[in-house]
Amino acid sequence: MPEIRVTPLGAGQDVGRSCILVSIGGKNVMLDCGMHMGFSDDRRFPDFSYITRHGRLTDFLDCVIISHFHLDHCGALPYFSEMVGYDGPIYMTQPTQAICPILLEDYRKIAVDKKGEANFFTSQMIKDCMKKAVAVHLHQTVQVDDELEIKAYYAGHVLGAAMFQIKVGSESVVYTGDYNMTPDRHLGAAWIDKCRPNLLITESTYATTIRDSKRCRERDFLKKVHETVERGGKVLIPVFALGRAQELCILLETFWERMDLKAPIYFSTGLTEKANHYYKLFIPWTNQKIRKTFVQRNMFEFKHIKAFDRAFADSPGPMVVFATPGMLHAGQSLQIFRKWAGNEKNMVIMPGYCVQGTVGHKILSGQRKLELEGRQVLEVKMQVEYMSFSAHADAKGIMQLVGQAEPENVLLVHGEAKKMEFLKQKIEQEFRISCYMPANGETVTLPTSPSIPVGISLGLLKREMAQGLLPDAKKARLLHGTLIMKDNNFRLVSSEQALKELGLAEHQLRFTCRVHLHDPRKEQETAMRVYSHLKSVLKDHCVQHLPDGSVTVESILIQAAAHSEDPGTKVLLVSWTYQDEELGSCLTSLLKKGLPQAP
Amino acid sequence: MAAHLKKRVYEEFTKVVQQQQEEIATKKLRLTKPSKSAALHIDLCKATSPADALQYLLQFARKPVEAESVEGVVRILLEHYYKENDPSVRLKIASLLGLLSKTAGFSPDCIMDDAINILQNEKSHQVLAQLLDTLLAIGTKLPENQAVQMRLVDVACKHLTDTSHGVRNKCLQLLGNLGSLEKTVAKDAEGSAVRDVQKIIGDYFSDQDPRVRTAAIKAMLQLHERGLKLHQTIYNQACKLLSDDYEQVRSAAVQLIWVVSQLYPESIVPIPSSNEEIRLVDDAFGKICHMVSDGSWVVRVQAAKLLGSMEQVSSHFLEQTLDKKLMSDLRRKRTAHERAKELYSSGEFSSGRKWGDDAPKEEIDTGAVNLIESGACGAFVHGLEDEMYEVRIAAVEALCMLAQSSPSFAEKCLDFLVDMFNDEIEEVRLQSIHTMRKISNNITLREDQLDTVLAVLEDSSRDIREALHELLCCTNVSTKEGIHLALVELLKNLTKYPTDRDSIWKCLKFLGSRHPTLVLPLVPELLSTHPYFDTAEPDMDDPAYIAVLVLIFNAAKTCPTMPALFSDHTFRHYAYLRDSLSHLVPALRLPGRKLVSSALSPNITPHEDPSHQFLQQSLERVYSLQHLDPQGSQELLEFTIRDLQRLGELQSELAGVADFSATYLRCQLLLIKIMEETYKMEFMYSGVESKQVVIIHHMRLQAKALQLIVIARTTRGVDPLFGMCEKFLQEVDFFQRCFIADLPHLQDSFVDKLLDLMPRLMTSKPAEVVKILQTMLRQSTFLHLPLPEQIHKASATIIEPAGESDNPLRFTSGLVVALDVDATLEHVQDPQSTVKVQVLYPDGQAQIIHPKPADFRNPGPGRHRLITQVYLSHTAWTEPCQVEVRLLLAYNSGSRIPKSPWIEGGEMSPQVETSIEGTIPFSKPVKVYIMPKPARR
Repeated sequence: MPEIRVTPLGAGQDVGRSCILVSIGGKNVMLDCGMHMGFSDDRRFPDFSYITRHGRLTDFLDCVIISHFHLDHCGALPYFSEMVGYDGPIYMTQPTQAICPILLEDYRKIAVDKKGEANFFTSQMIKDCMKKAVAVHLHQTVQVDDELEIKAYYAGHVLGAAMFQIKVGSESVVYTGDYNMTPDRHLGAAWIDKCRPNLLITESTYATTIRDSKRCRERDFLKKVHETVERGGKVLIPVFALGRAQELCILLETFWERMDLKAPIYFSTGLTEKANHYYKLFIPWTNQKIRKTFVQRNMFEFKHIKAFDRAFADSPGPMVVFATPGMLHAGQSLQIFRKWAGNEKNMVIMPGYCVQGTVGHKILSGQRKLELEGRQVLEVKMQVEYMSFSAHADAKGIMQLVGQAEPENVLLVHGEAKKMEFLKQKIEQEFRISCYMPANGETVTLPTSPSIPVGISLGLLKREMAQGLLPDAKKARLLHGTLIMKDNNFRLVSSEQALKELGLAEHQLRFTCRVHLHDPRKEQETAMRVYSHLKSVLKDHCVQHLPDGSVTVESILIQAAAHSEDPGTKVLLVSWTYQDEELGSCLTSLLKKGLPQAP
Repeated sequence: MAAHLKKRVYEEFTKVVQQQQEEIATKKLRLTKPSKSAALHIDLCKATSPADALQYLLQFARKPVEAESVEGVVRILLEHYYKENDPSVRLKIASLLGLLSKTAGFSPDCIMDDAINILQNEKSHQVLAQLLDTLLAIGTKLPENQAVQMRLVDVACKHLTDTSHGVRNKCLQLLGNLGSLEKTVAKDAEGSAVRDVQKIIGDYFSDQDPRVRTAAIKAMLQLHERGLKLHQTIYNQACKLLSDDYEQVRSAAVQLIWVVSQLYPESIVPIPSSNEEIRLVDDAFGKICHMVSDGSWVVRVQAAKLLGSMEQVSSHFLEQTLDKKLMSDLRRKRTAHERAKELYSSGEFSSGRKWGDDAPKEEIDTGAVNLIESGACGAFVHGLEDEMYEVRIAAVEALCMLAQSSPSFAEKCLDFLVDMFNDEIEEVRLQSIHTMRKISNNITLREDQLDTVLAVLEDSSRDIREALHELLCCTNVSTKEGIHLALVELLKNLTKYPTDRDSIWKCLKFLGSRHPTLVLPLVPELLSTHPYFDTAEPDMDDPAYIAVLVLIFNAAKTCPTMPALFSDHTFRHYAYLRDSLSHLVPALRLPGRKLVSSALSPNITPHEDPSHQFLQQSLERVYSLQHLDPQGSQELLEFTIRDLQRLGELQSELAGVADFSATYLRCQLLLIKIMEETYKMEFMYSGVESKQVVIIHHMRLQAKALQLIVIARTTRGVDPLFGMCEKFLQEVDFFQRCFIADLPHLQDSFVDKLLDLMPRLMTSKPAEVVKILQTMLRQSTFLHLPLPEQIHKASATIIEPAGESDNPLRFTSGLVVALDVDATLEHVQDPQSTVKVQVLYPDGQAQIIHPKPADFRNPGPGRHRLITQVYLSHTAWTEPCQVEVRLLLAYNSGSRIPKSPWIEGGEMSPQVETSIEGTIPFSKPVKVYIMPKPARR
């Protein structure tokens, strides 16, 4: 029995280090290769030894697909390809291919230069790894090998994020990566056609949330920032360098312009500048507004937003700072947070999800005293606001996508177990399809029933189609033909041709049946009565009364004869060929019911 | 065969000759030309290859064919059709047949038999489809003929089983267009063989080809449009189609569901998977709402648009559309509704606003929670934040329509609309401002909402600001702080964009008159008066100060205590403004002041308005005059004209009437100048009815008669007069034909008498004609001009260029410079084709520029706005010099004449319709300083 096997190495009932193994139609595909933000030991990378204990990964995996450039989806890539060893193709979209190395390099710097980790991947490894990447366009079907093909769909989430359809023969799996069903200030909404995959692997970060209108959130955000700035406070917005950052920048930029505000907006330097450059380039991946207006003005050329310098953090007066990373777990955002946390005039706005164990998660949970490295205790006096700007689909969005793709099964990853449980129940209840939520290392096996293509000649098809008059697309239709299995392929041909091809002679198969009728009259009269009865009942068929006293219905012959023993009973001999079986049996049962009483 | 055809060709020739003979009787000349069909036949016979033949046919199709030769052409085409082997040529012939059968004045029933005949023998699917199309054209030409329709429907039904989707498509289209409407009638005619068209079309809802499915739904919609009542059973079929794989099918299905829901709003449908039932319109509303989150934006736009017109939907369904989280299946009537409220408040889902509130809580009733089925839920929330602005605009429009019919919904959707003011696309913002204005009767703005609204005043787009001013004109504000805020923001706007002056003043006028009690406590602050000290008198020319005064004076109109707070100079300013900006400042009752005794005491109702009476009296006085000759009456006319003009200046609301009458009188007085004046009357005013048009044309006729007399007196020789006389008589003839219906109103008039004498005039010599005309002009009586209900004068003001700049616009000679022209047009009908820009160069060279249709915006009824660019160019000048820019109203004398059947019958080519006979300048010219420099070498 063919089957699809799915094993999450990461992101199973968890957020972070997405890495899912899929075996479909004898092909093995790895979806995403991410790292975990919450750990800095071996657990940060997926356990690749699970894939194969002996031998090279390249022999086992047919391809690797990266959905987007966030580190929890691509962070382990250089480790995997260079240090563990993989030489096969790595598929990703063009923006991902462009931006991914910048983020990896940044990540490497923090890990090696700041934390002083040894045995980490090097810059050269990142470069080598990116050489293995193959760019995929939206809606382009890429033939990985003879059987395996993949296709990318727009996913919203961040620039270049894509959902992937993996297809082998008639079996297919869709992996959504992270996606967003509501458009934002710079990206459109995820979209997929009704591809009816066997399995849909979807993220479920916001499995229990249905968000308010996006505009409400934007208004609240702007209001909070505006108020704090007017009070003279400083606003810290920890973001990841790419994605939300750009959206919020556009939002604040237009707001500043309209309200004519003077307070400076800063953006932590380095990779952001490089990344912004790519945002300016990949206009086709952005939303309708930016695509339509970029000829006049590229929205990513900010007027009010300047690069941040470390010294600015101590300067007096109001300001708004976007700093990385987004979960306050390290780097610049954490440094600024430490400086500003003591002043109640200041505010930190967390625009997205925070993984457990990060400072962001702690302060959002209401912790007011934080223990930092070196036994320091930091008292948080500044206001802490949370505003869900994460570009993940909410519960309704997930349901919407499931409805759009119409999969046979759904598998949830990238979310918390408890919340997944809830959504799983909803999906099963509403779509009446089974839903899975495996933990890391747990394998889900789905039996599939692949369809087998059978060739049919046009002549036969047309002939058989012409039989029924009215179209009825949904109803199965009876087709007469002969199935020939030869040389590993299947063909449906007409019986004549089958005989010819196989060099066989045709055998006539005839059924005969006797029906006893109680009728005292003569044979001819009985035949006459049978004729008139059949004529009146079978209007659509050609009923004939032959001169020799027999009756024919199409090619079925009916003869009446007197019973040898009982003259009051007549025997009707009904005879038909195998091809007319349907009509023949129908006719016999009709005759068995008897004739209507003669007037 | 050839001989036969030849004969036919000759027949064609002889036919034409006969027509010539007939036409001799009517004294018209026509050029003899070979018959179309003959030429075509010769061409087609010459054609050696299918490609050649196709070329000939293409060439032939470019030229129109007269109704009388259609039949011959059709015969020729059919002959060739039978002979032709190439399907592409046959296809072209079939399409030509369709085109020809549409020719006006040709009855296509004779082709039908042939067309059906060739249809039966045709093998190519494409040609079949084209032939069916031809039959459709024939069928639509003969809507009365039941038998033909029945026959065509039969043909269509027969071909419905064709394997090609194109043929099935056309068959369904045919059925939709021609399927019998009244079954009973058809039954009598055809006996038992009546086909239930709806059933047949309905069967194809499940065709395997999506194009055919779409065609089937469209055919069904077509039936509905033609007045056939669709069966309710279609509803279920259509609902299934909503989940079709193809967007065009879904889009059409949404329309069909909407149609059915409008037909049977009150019938009850069961809810699947429960034993409860709801109204059909509610069910349909839920389903269409669900389509607002469809995968295809075309469907989303369609669904969002249709939602707006579903007014019968119950209010609780309507309100669901604004809340995403009401997750329960609300259709289960009241109990479920209440349960859902609980669900909402207990929050099974988190809102994403607070951290940590998304931990799953205990479920209340899993069975009642339904993420998908409760379609209506949040439809507008989704629609308004859609990716495509087309969907957002459609959603805003729908919101507007629903809010207009339901005040409670209007109140609820306010926040969403205000949020839309921050949309990233300008069109959406504009649309939502307009929407807000339309529903403003139902709502009162809170202060925070007003804040968001007013923030938009800083928008750099003029359209947005103006729309917002319109909105503020009719909003209700709840507090005095609100009014103050609005005023402050408007003044800020005024300093930032001084060109908005007029619109801001107007806005404040309405704001004042709507909220007198809220303005009252603000007066001392606004006028900066002090209890003890006199403050400095503000500058009367400051637009901001005028704006404040406009607000206060309009509020004071209904608030008698307010004038007590004014200081002396305020009263003086009032008097000044009342005179200079009388349309903005109302008449006030100011007790104890001399100024009260101004000539214009407050008017109570427009009918008792003395100025109106005055107008009536003076007009009556003039009408009592019988003849034009006496010296006294001419003086009277002059006085009356002057009076009326002054009246028009003083009373803007009477300006139209007064001005119109004055112009009419002036025409009486100055018959020489009448030509231009009559054209002005005809084209500068909107709201002129046919009665007035008759009189204007009559006036023109008189003038022409007068012109004729003058020319006859001054020129020597008779020859030129012949032509003139004939032309004049033609004009009279034309007048009679155009206005035959109105002639009874023209008793005793010039034309009445003229028509009496027409036979005599036709035969007499020019000198005699002149003499007769002369006496008739003397004798003719004065025609009373009935005033139309509403009459507005077309006017235009050029806002930009302002014409004040001393800096010449420099550009290199021979190249062009673009000059931005911005003007407001009032009461111009169809400005796209009539308004032109004229540029006059100092050397007398004049240029007329036709602005693009897209340059005209329509900010309000009767108002247009022209924002365009005019390209100037000239050879080099030594000095900078001024060019004049002005707006012209182009006219064409035929356009206002009521269409009589004979004009409609003959096909007027579109060029005649748009041709320009003359132009009337209708704006003040603006001078622009320009300087073309010689090109540098």
